[in-house]
Amino acid sequence: MTTTVHALSTGELTHNSRPSPRIAAVSADATIKLSVADLHKRYGEHEVLKGVSLQARKGDVISLIGASGSGKSTMLRCINFLEQPDAGVITLDNQSIEMRQGRAGTRAPHPAQLHNLRTRLAMVFQHFNLWSHMTVLENICMAPRRVLGVSSQEAEARARKYLDKVGLPARAADQYPAFLSGGQQQRVAIARALAMEPEIILFDEPTSALDPELVGEVLKVIQTLAEEGRTMLMVTHEMGFARQVSSQVLFLHQGRVEEQGSAEILDQPQSERLQQFLSNRLK
Amino acid sequence: MLPRSARLELIAAAFALRPTEIFPVNDFLHSHGWQALSLQGFGPLLLQGTWMTLKLALLSLALSLALGLFGASAKLSRLKLLRVPATLYTTLIRSVPDLVLILLIFYTLQLWLNDLTELLGWDYFEIDPFTAGVVTLGFIYGAYFTENFRGAILSVPAGQLEAATAYGLSKVQRFRLVLFPQLMRFALPGLGNNWLVLLKSTALVSIIGLADLVKAAQNAGKTTNNTLYFLIIAGLVYLLITTLSNRLFKHLERRYNTGIKGLAR
Repeated sequence: MTTTVHALSTGELTHNSRPSPRIAAVSADATIKLSVADLHKRYGEHEVLKGVSLQARKGDVISLIGASGSGKSTMLRCINFLEQPDAGVITLDNQSIEMRQGRAGTRAPHPAQLHNLRTRLAMVFQHFNLWSHMTVLENICMAPRRVLGVSSQEAEARARKYLDKVGLPARAADQYPAFLSGGQQQRVAIARALAMEPEIILFDEPTSALDPELVGEVLKVIQTLAEEGRTMLMVTHEMGFARQVSSQVLFLHQGRVEEQGSAEILDQPQSERLQQFLSNRLK
Repeated sequence: MLPRSARLELIAAAFALRPTEIFPVNDFLHSHGWQALSLQGFGPLLLQGTWMTLKLALLSLALSLALGLFGASAKLSRLKLLRVPATLYTTLIRSVPDLVLILLIFYTLQLWLNDLTELLGWDYFEIDPFTAGVVTLGFIYGAYFTENFRGAILSVPAGQLEAATAYGLSKVQRFRLVLFPQLMRFALPGLGNNWLVLLKSTALVSIIGLADLVKAAQNAGKTTNNTLYFLIIAGLVYLLITTLSNRLFKHLERRYNTGIKGLAR
C-alpha cells in the first residue's frame, strides 16, 4: 500500500511535475501518520502550489512558514480538501485518499474516504469560524453529535472537559461567541477541535486575527497540546513560537518548499530566501 | 407552547371553520341603533372574505418560500443547467405586472391542463379558482423570494460553512444546522416586506372569481349603497393583518438574531 504513494502521485501529475529538490523520496514507513505528496494547486493561470510534500509522524508538530502568498494556507486547506488539489496524494495511516473524476471534469476525493479523513483531522481557523448562532456549548457539541454520533450527554461531557482544558470558565458554555474576546473565541475553537478527539489538528494562522495582548493565551494552549504529544500542523507567523514547539519546520516560497528541517533552520537558515525572510521579520 | 401535533390539529381545525358559525348575523352596533356604522348584516360575508384572503396569502407564502429557497440554490449553483432557468424565471416574473401574470397563468394553466387530459385520455378537469390563485401567487412571489434568499445566502460569511465542511457535516446538515438559521438573519427584513406585498396582491385574484376580502367589501358596498364605508372597513382589516404580521416578524428577527452583538436584546 505505502509503496504506491509515490508512484500514484507522479502518475497523476498533469503539469509542471518538477519535484522540489529538498524533498526526500517517500518511503514505506509505518510510523508516518500523514503524508502529503507532490501537491499541486492552481487558480486559473496562477499556480499556487507547485508540488509540495510533507510527512508527519505521530506526535510531530510541523510549522508551515513563509511570506503571504507563498501557499502555506492553501497547502493546509488542501489536506482536508477545503481546497481541491489539482494533483498530489494525501495519505493518512498508509491509506491514500482515492481521487475520482468528479463533475465537470474536476478531480474529487472519494466521498466516504473524504468523510473519514475529515472526522480524523480537526481544523482551527484564523477567524475562528465559530457558528455565531450557537452557544459555546452547542458549537463544541455539534460535530461530535452530528458527525461522530456520540450521545448528547457524552458530547456535553467532552465539551466541558475541553473548555476547562483550554482555560475557559464553566459559565462560558452558555455564552454566544460574539460576546467573548478574540482569544477566548479561538480557545473555544480549539476546544471544538479537541472534542472531535482528532488524530491530527490543523491550525491555520491561529493567532493572526488576534490583538497582540491576546496572542499569548492561545499560544499557551497550543503549547500544552504540543507537550501532550498531539500531532499538529500549523501555519504561523509567530517565529518565536514555531522555534519553541516545532519538531519540523517547512519554509514555503512561491508554491515550493524552499527549506525544511528541524526548528534549528530558523536559527541557521541555509537558503538565501529563508535568511531574507527571517531578517525581514526581525526588522 | 402546545405540542407539535396539537398545534397542527388546531391549524387544521381553523382552516375547516366556517365564519358564520362564529359571527352573529346581527352585530352589536346594529341592535343598538347605530345602523349607519354597523355592518348591516355583512359581517359574516366580510369575515369569510378575510378568511379567504388569509388562506390564499398563507398558502401562497408557503409555496413561494419553497420556490424561493429552491430558486436561490439553483441561481447560486455551479451547474448552468440550474442557473439559467432560475435566472430566466426571476427575470421574466419580476418584469411583468402581477395582474398580467395572474390572467396569463390562470387561463394558460387551464388550457395546458385541457391539452394534457386530452392527450392522456382522462376526463376534463377544471382547476378551482382557489388552487389557481394559490399556484399563481406562489409562482409569482417565488421569484421575489428567490432574490431575497439569494442575497441572504451570499451574506452568510463563508467561514461559517467552511467550518461545517471541515468538521464533516453533510450537505443537508450544513444547510439545516448552519446556513438556514444564519441566512434567516439577512432574509427576514426582506421576507417581511415581500409578505406584505403578497398579502395585498391577493386582492388581484378577485378577478378570477375568488370571494376575498375586497370582493366581499365590494358586494356589501353595492348592496347597501355604501361602498366607501365598506372599503374603509376592508382597508382596516388589511391594516390589522399587516400590523399583526409585523409583530410576528419582529419576534422572528429577534429570535434569529440571538448571538449577534448589539442586535440580540
